[in-house]
Amino acid sequence: MKNSISTPVDRLDGPEKASGRAIYTDDIRPDGLLYARTLRADRPRARILHIRLPDIPVGYFIVDKNDVPGHNRIKMLEDDWPFFAEEVINHVGEPILLVVGPDREKVNVILHGIKVEYEDLPAVLSIKDAIAAKNPIFGDDNCFASYQFQKGDPDPVFTDAKTIIKGEFKTGYHEQAYMEPQGVIGNYVNGKLTVTGSMQCPYYVKNAMVQLTGFPENQVQIIQATTGGAFGGKEEYPSLLAGHVAIAAIKTGKPVKLVLERGEDLAVTTKRHPSISRYRSAVDENGRVIAMEADITLDGGAYAGLSAVVLQRALFAAIGVYDIPNVTVRGRVLSTNQVPSGAFRGFGAPQAFFAVEMHMEQIASELGMNPLTFKEIHLVKQGDTTATGGLLRDEIKIREMLSRVLKMSDYRKKEGIFASGNGRFRSGIGLGLYLHGCGFTGKGEDTIHGTATIRKLTEDRAEILVSNVEMGQGAQTTLRKIVATTLGLPIQNIDYPNPDTDRVPDSGPTVASRTVIIVGHLLESAAKELKARWNENETFSVSKSYRHPSYIKWNQDTLQGDAYPAYSWGVVAVEVQVDTLTYETTIKKVWTVHDVGVAIDEDIIRGQVEGGILQGLGYASIEVMDTANGAYRQHNFTDYIIPTAVDAPVIESELVDNPYEYGPFGAKCAGELPIAGAAPAYAAAVSRALGIPVHEIPVKPEALIKGLKE
Amino acid sequence: MSQTIQFNLNGKAVFLKTDPMRRLLDVLRDDFSETGVKEGCGEGECGACSVFLNGKLVNSCLVAVGSITGMNVETIVHFQHTQAYRIIEQAFSDAGSVQCGFCTPGMVLAAYALLKENPDPDETDIREAISGNLCRCTGYNMIVDGIKLAAKKGDGKW
Ligand code: FES
Ligand code: FES
Repeated sequence: MKNSISTPVDRLDGPEKASGRAIYTDDIRPDGLLYARTLRADRPRARILHIRLPDIPVGYFIVDKNDVPGHNRIKMLEDDWPFFAEEVINHVGEPILLVVGPDREKVNVILHGIKVEYEDLPAVLSIKDAIAAKNPIFGDDNCFASYQFQKGDPDPVFTDAKTIIKGEFKTGYHEQAYMEPQGVIGNYVNGKLTVTGSMQCPYYVKNAMVQLTGFPENQVQIIQATTGGAFGGKEEYPSLLAGHVAIAAIKTGKPVKLVLERGEDLAVTTKRHPSISRYRSAVDENGRVIAMEADITLDGGAYAGLSAVVLQRALFAAIGVYDIPNVTVRGRVLSTNQVPSGAFRGFGAPQAFFAVEMHMEQIASELGMNPLTFKEIHLVKQGDTTATGGLLRDEIKIREMLSRVLKMSDYRKKEGIFASGNGRFRSGIGLGLYLHGCGFTGKGEDTIHGTATIRKLTEDRAEILVSNVEMGQGAQTTLRKIVATTLGLPIQNIDYPNPDTDRVPDSGPTVASRTVIIVGHLLESAAKELKARWNENETFSVSKSYRHPSYIKWNQDTLQGDAYPAYSWGVVAVEVQVDTLTYETTIKKVWTVHDVGVAIDEDIIRGQVEGGILQGLGYASIEVMDTANGAYRQHNFTDYIIPTAVDAPVIESELVDNPYEYGPFGAKCAGELPIAGAAPAYAAAVSRALGIPVHEIPVKPEALIKGLKE
Repeated sequence: MSQTIQFNLNGKAVFLKTDPMRRLLDVLRDDFSETGVKEGCGEGECGACSVFLNGKLVNSCLVAVGSITGMNVETIVHFQHTQAYRIIEQAFSDAGSVQCGFCTPGMVLAAYALLKENPDPDETDIREAISGNLCRCTGYNMIVDGIKLAAKKGDGKW
C-alpha cells in the first residue's frame, strides 16, 4: 500500500531557481564589498622561510595568521587544521594569506606580485609512502585513526579452512562537482561577526568561528545562502573559508567576499578518500562464506578533518548486505601530504561497497558459481546481526527488491545471452546490493541531541526553525510537507527560511542522510504537539530534542552494538556495452529498487536516486582524478569529466514501502544510499562483458586492455 | 584599455566604458546585476552562464564584451517574462527537473533554444541539446522529461 504523503507536489523552490531569481552567495553584493583571493602553497610540504610582499596600495589588505584573535585551528575532531599556514605548509594549495580589496583585478595583481621562499621538506605522497615513512608527519605512525572489531571467532575458521580467497580492491579520488563553487561573505558590524555562505552545516561554521575569534557565541551569526549543490563537499570545508572572510572582515571593517573559481575549488577542496581494501574469505564445501576479513586503508590527506568518522562508516559497511558468521574488520586512515580528503555522499561506504561487492563476485567466479546465486544465499535477513553485532530488528525486503530488479532488467536472460558474446561489442550486466545506515555513525546523534522547533505564526501559518539546509536535495519540500500534513495546513502556509543561527536551534548538520529520519521525526512530533495545543495562544513554539529509541545500544570504545538506528536498502542492475576496439564503455540502462521506509515525496526521492546513481556511475567510469607531486592533475571540467545528458542512462526506478516506526510518516534515509551500489554494479557488468576481473575504479581503458592481455 | 561599447540588453540599448576583453558574464553580473546568469566553470564547459546572443545560445564566460557591439543579448532575467518561459517552468515543476537550481536557468534557455528549432524533439535530440549544460544533482532524466513535457504543452507555439 502506498502512503498518501508520497504523492509528489511541486517543489516550492522551483520557480525562483528556474527564473534565476534565487540569490546564491556570489549574487549577494553589499555596499562597500571587498573581494578576497588566497595565496596558496605551490608544493606539498615545506617550511616557509620568507614572504616578500609588493607595495600594498591604500584600501588593500593582507590578512594572515597574525590577524587571528583566537585559535588558528578549525574546530573538528582533531585541532590540527590551520585556517592560515603557520611555519610549515603540508599540502599543495594550503592557504597562506589573503589579499583583500575593492577591485578584483588589482587584488589579482597584488597576489601575483607576492613571492614566497620555501625550504622543501620530504613529502609523503601516497598510502604506500605513509605506511613506509620513517619520519612520520602525524603522530608516530601517520595514522589519523585506526579501528578493529570482530564478530564470532574468525581466527580458527581461517586456520581450518580448505578454501581461502583473497582480493585487493582500489578506489580513486572523487570530486563532488557541485555546480555552484564554494563561497562565503563575512561582515563585522558593531562587534558582531556575520558569515553568509554556501554550506551544509551552519552550526559547524558557527562553532569554528567562535574558536577562531574567541568571541562569545552571541557575537557570531551564520546564515546559509541558497546553496547550489554540496554532496558533502560543503560539510567541513566552508568552515575554513568562513574563517578567512571572518578575519578579513574584522581586520578591514568591511564586508568581504570569497568565492572560489572552479579550478581553485577543484584544486583545494576535499574529495572522497582514495582507498585500498584487502579482503580474505574462508569458504566451506557448500560454497558458504564462513569467515571474512576486511582491511580498509584510506588516504586522509594532510589534516585529520572528518576522516576518522569516514573510516568508521566504511568499516561498518565492510561486509555489505551479507550474513557472515565470523568477521574481522580493521582499517586505518593515513596522513599524507595530499590535499585533505573529506565528506562526500556515502561517507566511506561507497569504497567499502565497491570492495565487498567485487570480492563476492570474485569468490563466486573462483568457485565457479553464479555470482547472483552466490550473493543471494548470503543475503541478511531480519534478526541477523551486523558486523558490529547490532541487531537488524526491522523487516528487510531486499529479497523482494532483488527479484523485482531481476524482473525489470530481464537479468537472467541477459546474463545468459551476454555470456556467449564474442563480437566487437560485448555486453554485460552487473548487480549492486547495498544499504545505508541512517543518521550519524555510532555516538553522533547522542552527542549532538539535535533540537527542532516549530512556531505558530498566525491561525493558519507556522514556521520551521531548524539548522538543516536545502542544498538541492529537497529539504524545503520534504520538511514542509511533513509539518503541513501533520498540522493539516497547506504546504504554502509553512515557512522555512534559510537557517540563520541567530534564529534557529542546532538541529545538527545537514549530513549523514539524517535530515528526514532524525530532524523530520522531531518536526513531526513537534507538529503533533503544536496541533494538540493550537488554541493555547496566538503564537508560540514547540521544540523537540532527539534521543535514539531506547533499544539502540552502542559502545563507542569497543565499536559494538547498533551503529545506526535504522537502515535503508537498495538493489541496482547496470547494463553496459564495451567496444573492444576502442575500449569505450556505454551504459545502456539501469534498473533499481530502493527501500527508504516511506517516501515523503516520490519525485524528490526519484531525484535523489537518479542523481546519486549517475554520480556513482561517474565514480566508477569516467571521473578520473589523480595527483602529481601532491597536486591534482585535473584542473576544470575540461579534464575532470563528469557525465552529461548524453552519457546518462535511462534509469527505471521503483520503491518498496517499509515504514520505520520512529521515522516521520515511516520515512528512513535516502540521500546517500543510491550512490553505493552503482560503482560495483558497473564494474561487475564490465568485468563480465569482457570476462576479466576488475579490481579498481575508475575502470580505465588501459586496465581493460591489460586485463585482456593477461 | 577602456573602450565604449554598445549592445542591446534585454531589448534596451546599453552603453558602457570598459575593457573590451572583459567576459560578457562579468559585465552582465557586475555592471547590470544580472545574477540569474551563473558562473559554474568559467571555461565553457557547464552552460550555467548561458545567454542568447542574437538569438543563439552561447556561454557568456567565453564571450569578450568588445566583440558584441550592436548585438542583442537576452538573459533569463528577461526571458522569464515570456509565455515560452512559463510553459517550460511549469513543465520543469511537473517533472521535478529542479534540485539545487544552479544549472536550471541555463537548462531552461537550452530547452527553449531546442524547442524553437525543433518543437517535437525525440529523446536523443533533447539529450544532445542539453549536452553542453552540466547538472550534478538530477542525473538529467527528470530534466529530459521536463523538456518532453514542455514540448507537448507548448504544442509547436514557440
Ligand atoms: S561558466 Fe560559462 S560554461 Fe561554465
Ligand atoms: S539542479 Fe543542481 S546542478 Fe542541476
